[in-house]
Formats: sequence, C-alpha cells, structure tokens
Amino acid sequence: MAQQQIIEITPAELIEKVSAMKAQGQRLVQICCSKLPDHLEVAYSFDKDFAFLSYRLTLADTSTPVPSISKIYGNSFHYENEIHDLYGVEVKGISIDFKGNFYRTALKTPFNCAPEGEVKP
Amino acid sequence: MSERTIIPFGPQHPVLPEPIHLDLVVEDEKVIEAIPSIGFIHRGLERLVEKKDYVDYVYVAERICGICSFIHGLTYCMAIEELMKVQVPDRAQYLRIIWSELSRIHSHLLWLGLTADSFGFESMFMQSWRLREQILDIIEETTGGRVIFGSAKIGGVRRDISSVKMDEIMKKMNVYRKDIAQLCEQFMKDQTVKHRMQGVGLLSRADAISLGAVGPMLRGSGIAQDIRSTGYSGYDRIGFTPVTETAGDCYARCMVRMREMDASFVMIEQCVGKMTDGPIEVKVTGNPAGEFFMRSEQPRGEAIYYAKANGTKFLSRLRVRTPTFANIPPLLATLAGCQLADVPVIVLTIDPCISCAER
Repeated sequence: MAQQQIIEITPAELIEKVSAMKAQGQRLVQICCSKLPDHLEVAYSFDKDFAFLSYRLTLADTSTPVPSISKIYGNSFHYENEIHDLYGVEVKGISIDFKGNFYRTALKTPFNCAPEGEVKP
Repeated sequence: MSERTIIPFGPQHPVLPEPIHLDLVVEDEKVIEAIPSIGFIHRGLERLVEKKDYVDYVYVAERICGICSFIHGLTYCMAIEELMKVQVPDRAQYLRIIWSELSRIHSHLLWLGLTADSFGFESMFMQSWRLREQILDIIEETTGGRVIFGSAKIGGVRRDISSVKMDEIMKKMNVYRKDIAQLCEQFMKDQTVKHRMQGVGLLSRADAISLGAVGPMLRGSGIAQDIRSTGYSGYDRIGFTPVTETAGDCYARCMVRMREMDASFVMIEQCVGKMTDGPIEVKVTGNPAGEFFMRSEQPRGEAIYYAKANGTKFLSRLRVRTPTFANIPPLLATLAGCQLADVPVIVLTIDPCISCAER
C-alpha cells in the first residue's frame, strides 16, 4: 500500500493547512469524525498520486466550533453537514448548510449520545 | 420567470432502488436545484465494533452492503492486516481478486438492469438480471453464498477453489463474457439509450475533481483514478489499467461500467493463469493496535475504512466512507439544470447504494 500519514493540528490551524493542500493540488478524499470515550476526532484526508495524508483535530466536546473548509474544497459541505447532524459538532460557515436536515434521524446527534437503554458511563 | 415548485422525489419511488430523498426545486420541467436528505436506513453497524471482537466483525462488515459485500469484508480485513503487519499468502490474494471482480461484474449487471428499467427498457432489465444470475451461480459454487460470500477472513480467505472447479468456471465465464459483451453492445447502440443519455447529466473533468467524484462517475469524466492502481491485494501483479471515457455524460458513465465488466473478466483470467498451489491463509494471533485508513475500489468507487485499535480484541473505532456518499455533491451538480424526466436516469448513473452509505 502507498504510505499514509496522520498529523495532529488545532482548529485554528485548519484553514491554513487545508489551503496549502489545495495549492499543492491535493484531492479532499473525506472528512471523518470519530467519537471516542472522552473526546471527538475529526480527520481531514487528502490524496495526491495515492499518497494519503490526514490532518486530525481533537475536540474535547462539541462546544468547540470548527471552521468550514467548503470555501476551499467545494465538496466538503456534505461531510460537514454529516458531522453536524450525527455528532453535533458546530461547523462554522458551510457553503451549503442544510441546518440539521441532511440526515433525518429520530434522535438528535445520534452518534454522540448513549443508545436507548444504555447508561452513559 | 416561471413559478418555482418543489417536487419531493423518494425515498420511495418506482425508479429509485435506494431510499434517498431529493427535494427537486423546479421551474416548469427544469430542475433548478436538488436538496438531498438521507438517514432512513441507518443500522448502526460501525458501532458494533465495540461489541463484536475484531475477528467476528468481518461478518458485520460484509453486511454493510448487499451488492459489494465481499469487497466491504475484504477492505476491513486488509485494514486489520495492515495494523497487525500480516502478510497474506499469494493464492489468497488472487482468490480475493477473483471474488472482487465477480462482485464488480454482478454489481454492474444489476446497475445495468435498473438503469434500463428507469426509462422503460424492460427487456434489457430482464436480460441483464438473467446474466447476473449466472454470475451469482458461480459465486455460490465457489463461496456457498450468493449475496454474503463469507469468504474473506483476516489473514487470507476461508475457501479455496480447486483446479478442476476453476477450469469448469473459466469455460462458463468465456461464454458469459461474450453474452455480456453482446448485451452491452445492444444497450450502447440503441437509439433510445443514446437519446436519453448522451449530453445528459454532464460532469466536466474539472467539476469531477473539485466535487470529489469517485469510481465510474470520475472515470466517465476522463480521470484515470482507480484505487486498484495502488496494487492492494495483489492488483499490482496483474495488468491493470483504469477504464476511462471523456464525455462526462450519463452515456460515458455507462460505457465505463460496460468496459469495466470486460476488464474484470480479463483480470479473473490473469489470476487463474498466475495462481499457484499454496496456503490460503496465515494464522493471526494477538490483537491489533494503532490506526489505519484502508482504501479499496468497489464497483461504485473508492471506499475507505478507518480502523482505530487499542490492543484489545475490540476496536475502539471504525468509520466507513462509501463511494455513494462521495458521489452526492457531483450528483447534485449534474441534477441542477436537467429536465425533470431525466432525474431518474441521472440518479441511476451514479449507481447509488444508500444502504451502504448509511451503514
């Protein structure tokens, strides 16, 4: 497999790093949010000639807003809407913001809450 | 200016194989904008990694999609193998390619039938699904399953194919290849097909890149990007060249899939020719630790499995990005400006699989 790299960054560095990726002609492959026991991780993955690089934000909770990269990469809007709808992460300035209506779910932010009948530790 | 109306399209609709909802903003018969919403069939399969141990989770991964189930299971296995530094035997890698390409052929035949059905070409629908049944029969003969193969496992594959069976299959496959090529020719030469697809749902090369298209949607706009080029699972040992078309319309996306089916037959033939006797699995001990993004090329395009492991038998996180999800922005772009009657055809040329997109 081609090499891959994961680099930790802060929300304040995000726009600068992503702009640099765009300038290098990197493709935005995905934005992936993960809920771990005590924090959330958001990974922005890029690819050029199959070399895979991810910038990762670590968020203590959903109260930290994350800037949208949709003005740099137009195809990021649906990933950002997904992160907002499923995990409750506030993404500021999404170019096409469905305002919580992209995912039709019975529970609000279903990926960031305890399932029915399960008690949160 | 004409009055704007919103027409709800889906999640239940005669031409939609999968439950996506689109609010179509129309002026007369012209679509101005399409606003999507999903979330009707979420099954929470990713979260099951917290309850199923990493070996058993292969069965869950295979159930993420009922069409490209094998490649889902395979991608998950490859992610774990990367974390555990497991070297899969050559024979197992060739078998994995054979089943992956059989999956691609049957998926594309399923898509062909549904696409033909979307504009009333019923006989094509029946013929392509008839041929798909024959491919499914081969899958059943070699794996025991038709939808869920159950053949992928961490460290190799669960079943082998004997040389006698392989010869039998190759004889059948030579006939099926000709039948499928003939069917594709009939479809692509049909005047109605050309009328309904050429110049419809245009996606330029630049837009395909900027909107993050994947799979035949991307290659139909002239970009030779295919994750099989990275050589995962032994694809580097067989002659593989991505199939591309340049027109960027619905017809070009169909052409890519038709040609990919033929390329899949060639790859299977190469695997059979190069496969030597040997083990089909290695024993895997211990638990995975670390994190890895594994990518594979499914019939609909690039799929990504992100696995994060903590050294226990349960992964701490698994996240799946499916090709259909990546193709939503290009779909919305191609729908803007199209005629209302063309919406089903355009939607079907991305070959949507919402079930796996929602996991």
